[in-house]
Amino acid sequence: MAHVRLEKVTKKFGSHTALSKLDLEIRNSEFFVLLGPTGAGKTTTLRLIAGLESPNGGTISIDGTDVLNWSAAERDVALVFQYYSLYPHYTVRQNLEFPLKSKVRRMSQQEIDARIAKAAKTLRIEHLLERKTDRLSGGEMQRVSIGRAIVREPRVFLMDEPLSNLDAKLRELLRAELKDLQMKLGATFLYVTHDQVEAMSMGDKVGVLNQGRIIQVGTPQQIYNQPHDTFVATFVGSPAMNLMQANVAGGRAVVVPGKLEIPVDGAGGGRALRVSGAVTLGVRSEDIVVGANGTVVARVHGVENQGVEKVVTLRVDECLLKATVPARLELGIDTSVRFSFKQEKLQFFDAGSGINLFYGEEGKNG
Amino acid sequence: MADIVLRDVEKYFGDNYIIRKLNLEIRHREFVVLLGPSGCGKTTTLRAIAGLEEIDTGDILIDGKPVQAMQAADRDIAFVFQLFALYPHLTAYENIAFPLRATNESRETVDRRVREAAKSLRIEHLLDKRPGALSGGDLQRVAIGRALVRRPKALLMDEPIGALDAKLREEMRTELKRLHIENEATTVYVTHDQVEAMSMADRIAIMNDGVLQQVGTPTEVYQHPENLFVAQFIGSPIMNVVNGAVRPGGGDTQLILGDNDAQLSFPQKLYPLIVEKKHAEDELAIGVRPEGVLVARQQTPGYVPVEAHIIEPLGPFDIVDLKFGAQMLRARTSSGYVARAGDVVWAKLDEAQTHFFSTRSGESLHIRL
Repeated sequence: MAHVRLEKVTKKFGSHTALSKLDLEIRNSEFFVLLGPTGAGKTTTLRLIAGLESPNGGTISIDGTDVLNWSAAERDVALVFQYYSLYPHYTVRQNLEFPLKSKVRRMSQQEIDARIAKAAKTLRIEHLLERKTDRLSGGEMQRVSIGRAIVREPRVFLMDEPLSNLDAKLRELLRAELKDLQMKLGATFLYVTHDQVEAMSMGDKVGVLNQGRIIQVGTPQQIYNQPHDTFVATFVGSPAMNLMQANVAGGRAVVVPGKLEIPVDGAGGGRALRVSGAVTLGVRSEDIVVGANGTVVARVHGVENQGVEKVVTLRVDECLLKATVPARLELGIDTSVRFSFKQEKLQFFDAGSGINLFYGEEGKNG
Repeated sequence: MADIVLRDVEKYFGDNYIIRKLNLEIRHREFVVLLGPSGCGKTTTLRAIAGLEEIDTGDILIDGKPVQAMQAADRDIAFVFQLFALYPHLTAYENIAFPLRATNESRETVDRRVREAAKSLRIEHLLDKRPGALSGGDLQRVAIGRALVRRPKALLMDEPIGALDAKLREEMRTELKRLHIENEATTVYVTHDQVEAMSMADRIAIMNDGVLQQVGTPTEVYQHPENLFVAQFIGSPIMNVVNGAVRPGGGDTQLILGDNDAQLSFPQKLYPLIVEKKHAEDELAIGVRPEGVLVARQQTPGYVPVEAHIIEPLGPFDIVDLKFGAQMLRARTSSGYVARAGDVVWAKLDEAQTHFFSTRSGESLHIRL
């Protein structure tokens, strides 16, 4: 259990800046997910905290103590990787024992057995303890890898895309298990992933990282409902948030003149009335309502059945918008439909910088 | 344009069967997706249709004619792989035109067909570029263009968008489906991704361990899975499956979850329906998708109290783990409906969305309430 703080951390590899003045705070017993695309600097951040890399600037502290001069072993953090780092010819029990047998620890066999029994029970791998690890399935191997971290009772768990090599079903199962585990242990987790579903479903807090910079930190709901900019807006959520280039004047946004014009006088709790000129409008697929009462006419460009619902791509001239509709709605490709927007759910971004025009204002009156 | 029929097709490697007694009809102009986990035999099936793989028994007919004796090249089928096998030194234009260069088509015909293919794929502006200058999505568009330009009878695709990132995959799904509608080529598409299968297929053929599990429209396989494998392979989050039993009640049927973890009131007709099937009343696997688990914040008739465990906020909705005694069932609720882990809420299973399978065979009992 621990509190981790990074302040103005910069890391360069040659001329390439991997992280730039990164501030990050992970509270005690928090499940913190660092989310970002490939190359964002997620793994570098993890390795810096673990002590496998040293920063070019800034400080890293654990429980208020600067740990920059501490070795990886002294920091007492546990890393779990995407690839299971297990000894193939040993049993699960031997693999779990290994990190405890270090001479530094001087742990009694009784204590070792107790810790292994506890970890095995938590992870439901008790029946596998005497099996060799090369006889395990992918999900079992990843559970054992996590077990190797648990037995050490580290101050912080660092996880680098631990589920990305597993198939979809197993990933879903282990997602819930990991979250459950973290709650049971009351441990501090820093979890790195490029998968927004993992981030949303597991994180108490999500930090969105892009090109070595933290863009936004918040609860999954904040990240989803109040994205800082168009990057976060389109990176989180599936289908991605629809973005439209629009011109706003007199409480109306014009996307396609005469064909796609949206009243915005009630949007953003009335704040949209302040807006005029070129903006990027954002709307999530579930905030588009397809039905006979819609004010906009579109052609059906595509229909994707997703079982519980359908995702329809609507086309107005060159503007393509994705809408979520109930599964029972039958829509033929290239037929004509009507739709409208839930006005209060529209998001406004600066047409140039992509930054949310009302960022930080939500929650204040309206 | 063609129909493709697989009749009792089998394929072995030594003692191991790769495909077992496969019967499948792919209709003229149909978009059929072969779906299954890795190693299920779907790619082998596709390669057998293409003539890239010999089969041990059975027949493959294209337009009614057996094709086993035919060379791959004579089957008039185009194949698109996951890795875009393009010629790096040729422009996109030349890559697409390549299959036509070997024919005796006139220069004008070749040019027209290349431009037609490029137009439907929206890559007209990229025709002068070499593969090295193209993005992953564009590379795959060129590869598909090369397959289409021959106007093959059938188009076979093996995970063609599997290597692209999530956002591009989403975009390409819609495009590939439109392309199919425009080109009307009979298409067989292999993937392990159920979202792709659901969103593109006219019909899905689900395979596991070399055995065809079910063939049906996306709606059919989602709403009426034939067995537990299909039930849990299609749909995300996965369908909840709990062992259970039924008992006749006074005016209803008692559905018992797990080891008497919860008793739920179901319509009276359920019990006789199960008895009628001569199925043991306590060897049931009860399946229900998260949207079939109904949740209320207040005590509601027919609902039982359950404790909320983990809540996964996914944006437009939440997935909430509910403890029905020792049985955990996941429910789909509107965002924020259940405030926090540990809260007690009320829940029931929507009888119209509850599936009954045999725990012995894993097969559906075909009971629809």
